[in-house]
Amino acid sequence: MTQLLIICGYLGLLLLLGIGASRLFRGTSQDYMLASHSIGPFLLLMSIFGTTMTAFALVGSTGESFKEGVGVYGMLASSSGIIHSLCFFLLGVKVWKLGKAYGYRTQVQFFRDRLESRWIGLVLFPVLVGLVIPYLLIGVMASGTVINKVTAGRIAEGKVVGGTFAEGTFPAFLERGPNPKAPDQPPSFLYGSQGGVPKPLASLAICGIVLIYVFMGGMRGTAWANTFQTIVFMVLGLITFVVIAWKLGGQESFWASLQAASAAIPREKLTRLHIPPEKFLTYMFVPLSVGMFPHLFQHWLTARSANSFKLPVVAHPLFIAIVWVPCVLIGAWATSDLITIPPPVAANPNAVLPFLVQKLAGPVLGGFLTAGILAAIMSSLDSQFLCLGTMFTEDVVQPLRGSRRLSDRHELLVARGFIIAIVAVTYGLSLLEPRRVFTLGVWCFSGFSSLFPLILAALYWPRLTKAGAYACVLAAAGSWLWLFAASDFAGRPNFTVDIPVPTAIDADGAWQLMPVAAMIAASTAAVIIVSLLTKPPSRPTLQRFFPSRAD
Amino acid sequence: MKPAHAVWALVGLLIVAHQDVWFWDDARLVFGFLPITLAYHAGISLAAAGTWYLATLFCWPIDEATPPATKEERA
Repeated sequence: MTQLLIICGYLGLLLLLGIGASRLFRGTSQDYMLASHSIGPFLLLMSIFGTTMTAFALVGSTGESFKEGVGVYGMLASSSGIIHSLCFFLLGVKVWKLGKAYGYRTQVQFFRDRLESRWIGLVLFPVLVGLVIPYLLIGVMASGTVINKVTAGRIAEGKVVGGTFAEGTFPAFLERGPNPKAPDQPPSFLYGSQGGVPKPLASLAICGIVLIYVFMGGMRGTAWANTFQTIVFMVLGLITFVVIAWKLGGQESFWASLQAASAAIPREKLTRLHIPPEKFLTYMFVPLSVGMFPHLFQHWLTARSANSFKLPVVAHPLFIAIVWVPCVLIGAWATSDLITIPPPVAANPNAVLPFLVQKLAGPVLGGFLTAGILAAIMSSLDSQFLCLGTMFTEDVVQPLRGSRRLSDRHELLVARGFIIAIVAVTYGLSLLEPRRVFTLGVWCFSGFSSLFPLILAALYWPRLTKAGAYACVLAAAGSWLWLFAASDFAGRPNFTVDIPVPTAIDADGAWQLMPVAAMIAASTAAVIIVSLLTKPPSRPTLQRFFPSRAD
Repeated sequence: MKPAHAVWALVGLLIVAHQDVWFWDDARLVFGFLPITLAYHAGISLAAAGTWYLATLFCWPIDEATPPATKEERA
């Protein structure tokens, strides 16, 4: 019960923060969606980092390291340190400049002008929303799992002992679950909530809290909440690391415990022998996704000045290391014989970190550490919620209304209505069969990465045409859908695109590439070929977006 | 070589150094607790921060002294 009270207290604090931010709200949609371009370097760093690091970074990285070993850090974290900052540098600053000059609030508005196409939003909007939904799903699923695991009891002699709630507290459909090894048996408490807050209820509560503070504080509230939550999850993440290392290692000093814990990691989790080098190489395309995240695009536009980007560009790789190195080590330690991971937890890698927190930290510390994990999750959900509402009003409703623009009040109402609808859909999907957070995240990021050639060409290649852009979006969406279906909708975590090669080149007889490589190849080919075959943009557009080259 | 070109060369070097096939099957622990592959890639993160710091010094794309005209200003 202590953990639950601490979690509730933390959620209450967040609501207060939203109320505080709402007092500064200027009542305009510009302020609600972009905080009136007032965000300085520190808030920009924290909000961008908090938004980028979601459940994927804490829960997902620990779970994936548990499954695949410490090579996970190189696959996504160190590559993100290089590529994310590259995107902020090459794309973010330029987008901010254009956004400030021409009043853009969303990606579609920028593309509409750059491509001279009023209807590009009709193609791009559903693709972007379709890709944001799995991203939201990661947070919604993980929040339910985390709260449930830390408030659940343990299983002893076929019974649940020490749970927060007795059997029968909640309706049976919430607290009973199927036995993964015998799905034909009737669902039971033992495989369901196990005395913790039922996952569907916990996910619903988190969605509700985030919705409230986003609705009250808009972008300013979101930036404040992100900053607060980023500090919380970084500090508590480090405390989690120290506590788990000490408890697992079981030595007198922290240093000796660290060494004892790492010495017990099985050899296969310390190396990357099971990861083909070409798969590792093509993982590097995945972080390109930040170039097309709609919520990050919106965060870029909130910057007070171009110089505000300098701190995020430099500090982002360091922050990634601070968060990911401890999580990856914790995941690897969980594979050692120093702790027994029960089969239901081992079968669901998302549950490894919350299980360790619940098992190794006391109830008070456990409660705080859980708040830290939830902070990481919510600091992404809020930006995504806000961005979805902005995109719907700006990219769908306003263009359809033409000159009859909505008033600020009506615009906010429509944005909030759409956010609620999307959250309801995501919540419904979260109740279906769960997927590994990491796998789902990689698929979601791969989709955004496949659109990276579009934003790069729009900013740096004057020859990009409207038809080329449509071809790029369709190639990206088509290849993503095709490969996602081929992977059994993320049901096969190690799915790769295999290119046959002579065994003299690769002993396996095939290069195992990440699907993102194929998607980027398809979208890049489409944008280049179709653009070169179609009429270039008009001179006024070129003068507007490439003033130094148009003359 | 201009400083800006050197910075972009460093970015290229980082991308190449990221493919550390030489540590693929190395299970050593640095300082007795940090797997060598993890230590190496944490080093890549630090090097990335340093490289991007140099980029903000030598290749910053916008001169803040001349901010872009806003919509109202152009009107």
